Amino acid sequence: MEIRPESIHSILATDCGSTTTKAILIEQRAEGYRLVARGEAPTTVEAPFEDVTRGVLNAVREVEELAGRRLLDGERILTPRRGDAGVDLYLSTSSAGGGLQMAVTGLVLQMTGESAQRAALGAGAIVMDVIALNDGRRPHEKIRRLRQLRPDMILLSGGTDGGEVRRVAELAEMLVAADPKARLGAGYQLPVIYAGNQDATPVVSGLLAQRTAFTAVPNLRPELERENLKPARDAIHELFMEHVMAHAPGYKKLMTWSPVPIMPTPGAVGLIIEEVARRARLSVVGVDIGGATTDVFSVFRGVFNRTVSANLGMSYSVSNVMAETGIENILRWVPFAVEETDLRNRIKNKMIRPTTVPQQLEDLVIEQAIAREALRLAFEQHKALAVGLKGVQSQRTISDVMAQTETGASLVDLAELGLLVGSGGVLSHAPRRVQAALMMVDAFLPEGLTQLAVDSIFMMPQLGVLSQVHEAAAAQVFERDCLVRLGAVLAPVGPGNARQHCLTAELHAPGEPSLMRRVRFGELVLLPLPPPGAAARLTATPERGFDLGHGRGRPLEAELPGGVVGLIVDCRGRQPFALPADPDERRGRLRAWNHALGVYPGEV
Amino acid sequence: MAHGYTPGLRVTGSALIHRERRLPLRGDVLAAVGDAVEPCTVVARTRLPGNVQTVNLAARLAVDPAKVPETLACPVGAAVRKGQPIATARGLFGLARHTVAAPADGTIESVSRVTGQLILREPPLPVEVCAYLRGVVTAVLPGEGVVVEARGALVQGIFGVGGEAWGELVAAVESPGDELTPYRLRPEHRGMVVVGGCHVSFDALARARELGVAAVVAGGFDDADLRRLLGRDLGVAVTGSEEIGLTLVLTEGFGRIRMAERTWELLAARQGRLASVSGATQIRAGVLRPEIIIPGGGEPAATHEESVAGLEVGSLLRVIREPWFGRIGKVVELPSELRRLDTEALVRVLVVRFVEGDAVAVVPRANVEIIAS
Repeated sequence: MEIRPESIHSILATDCGSTTTKAILIEQRAEGYRLVARGEAPTTVEAPFEDVTRGVLNAVREVEELAGRRLLDGERILTPRRGDAGVDLYLSTSSAGGGLQMAVTGLVLQMTGESAQRAALGAGAIVMDVIALNDGRRPHEKIRRLRQLRPDMILLSGGTDGGEVRRVAELAEMLVAADPKARLGAGYQLPVIYAGNQDATPVVSGLLAQRTAFTAVPNLRPELERENLKPARDAIHELFMEHVMAHAPGYKKLMTWSPVPIMPTPGAVGLIIEEVARRARLSVVGVDIGGATTDVFSVFRGVFNRTVSANLGMSYSVSNVMAETGIENILRWVPFAVEETDLRNRIKNKMIRPTTVPQQLEDLVIEQAIAREALRLAFEQHKALAVGLKGVQSQRTISDVMAQTETGASLVDLAELGLLVGSGGVLSHAPRRVQAALMMVDAFLPEGLTQLAVDSIFMMPQLGVLSQVHEAAAAQVFERDCLVRLGAVLAPVGPGNARQHCLTAELHAPGEPSLMRRVRFGELVLLPLPPPGAAARLTATPERGFDLGHGRGRPLEAELPGGVVGLIVDCRGRQPFALPADPDERRGRLRAWNHALGVYPGEV
Repeated sequence: MAHGYTPGLRVTGSALIHRERRLPLRGDVLAAVGDAVEPCTVVARTRLPGNVQTVNLAARLAVDPAKVPETLACPVGAAVRKGQPIATARGLFGLARHTVAAPADGTIESVSRVTGQLILREPPLPVEVCAYLRGVVTAVLPGEGVVVEARGALVQGIFGVGGEAWGELVAAVESPGDELTPYRLRPEHRGMVVVGGCHVSFDALARARELGVAAVVAGGFDDADLRRLLGRDLGVAVTGSEEIGLTLVLTEGFGRIRMAERTWELLAARQGRLASVSGATQIRAGVLRPEIIIPGGGEPAATHEESVAGLEVGSLLRVIREPWFGRIGKVVELPSELRRLDTEALVRVLVVRFVEGDAVAVVPRANVEIIAS
């Protein structure tokens, strides 16, 4: 069905998450498209309901009450609109039932294996495993693993076009021997997408077409020097609808309610992040920290990447954050002494009762310390995968050789990062916005000047899918109602000592007296910015030895959008950033920084 | 949100309990509707496909992959023994003869003309499913398993490790506030389900394992001890397959937490009876909690729906987060407006009067758990 944007005046969009279904109502007003109401209800994919539409209807009922108008016609969404009742467009995203879970294969782990992983992640999947001929496992171990996985879908890649057919056939034979079953019941064939050496398509098809729901698309790595991920991503989205969603409880019905295909939630968030980067002409990092997983999205030099850290989160996975980072890394962010046994038990109790909230300030501080580590680890994983193509033949100059640059270097350049957007309960619902800002700064350690924002109520998924059919509406709601601009962080790079000055910052906002501040190394300072919508002019001059992105000692000038927190001048050091090793000194320093920024209501 | 509180765990002296006992793959069902079963009765059996071994015959025999099928000493589909020659070819100038032996017992499943690989499937692995409960088979799931029904007491724990176990129920402490220490465990506890009080230490679990105790049920346990027990930090609460020599079920949580009076009384009153215990826990979508089932007793008193009815003034609850973690009380007020906490977060709260000490406190609704009746 063709959708004409000019005929769309009201939009209802839902995101069916693994625990909560969120509904938003957008309407066209005199000033443009605005968010009118938001409702939520528990997701109903699991027993005893086993019908996702129950949760959707419950969430929409809450929106009906808040908006004061009828959106439902009995047990379905009223569309098209009739007078004041119903909406012009309904659309949805979904990550319920664990989202889209995939296994991918490649010939070489670091080359086609990594490209296949990027294609699946970019489409919004959780990658359960990457099977490659050189992954260090013996063939029977790979076959056993493939059999155990029970994915929703398999992406089979391998080889460049015109390369050897035999090795790709080996992978396909492995798949035949494993005979993997689909996660959602044995009653249907497992979807397999082949995106490898095109010369091998007849052989691979011969082996798999009768046994699986087989689809062949153009090679995702046609040449070593080039990735072509879009056909594989599109096929993943299509098969997600056709096979996976169609077998999830209630989705068949839900699909009939919307003219737009249901999209995996992270895939939709990726779309909106790409859109933001394109419009603002900035390098952008977006992070969504949930209860079970943390997704990181980035656009650097126009290249989009997404990773999901499947077991880093703030409730179901909170204990895994501790397991991965170690208790000492959590404690380094806590400005008071905590007994390890007590902290361990608190974290486990949060894991087994994931819906609880901190009641005491100390508890909130600990939770935000854990969030810093979850974000940091997820970002480390992202940097490791958001890399240039490996195995590429490149001409090297003598300076490249001296600098030991190599193919496969991370695309994530913190000095180039222009905007950092946070989402997820611990960031979006932090009692003070400055807490969200500092958590992101501590975890990502941006360098130079970086703008900071949070998603107010986590509606990026709905806006992502909306951007596919009504770009203007998605952009307007994103700027006006979704994004809360916090301000920016200014962080000079370079080592220093507490006695020396680090930089001088000057802020000029229209109608306000100019502000100038000289900041010492080791200090964290907050300078006020005008409110969102207005702007200020920043001139920052680093001392010799410190770099704001234009070279050591060279000044930086920029127009800064206003924000509710302000400009955080972070002179705690970058490359390296280090906290004092002595616990008392470290706690004293943390207290001083928290006090300088007004992070918590009292002394903690 | 419709539910601002955590629905409580089920603790009931009389319930109608059904447990599906399914095979991982289709197979033979060995029990019929109406059969009386014991926990150890095998109700279904199947054979899982064996592991797969790949043998690169083209490389091993130095022949073109297209010619590999001609080198086979046994046809596809043949059963072979480990060490038996499965392919043979003449080497350079036809002088030497190279032979490839089967790496394991199994069946030759396929040979590829493209890659020159032979796939050998090892013999299938037998898998049996037992009844787990003392009860009656009420339904047969053809080719898949059965449903076993039992009437009796059901206690859901909050967290567990280890798989299914069963044995005679015994309390090794005098009260729900007592700690289960190693010296309370005795040789006669071998094969039993032992109930402790507020806490069990690693040393006590080690002693229980040494004595051959089937399962331990206690109020609390320290995470540091869990790490020692498993040999690693448990990251995600998906458990049940650990091989630790016994099953552990926590009824309250991590730390030293007095076992809820109702849970204690229910278990203590059923000493000497056969109990089935599962430590399997999964705290994700499709929550699975550990359980203790004690078949036998009167008619079921309440349905599950009734037992988790909504929060109202007078509801009995337990606080499940600091600063009153583990305290039990009754709701005295349910304010409709949001309240600001010490953290400055605005949340829905309730006012609770604690059973012990009669103190009153304001607690976020998200931080309480209804104690099901």
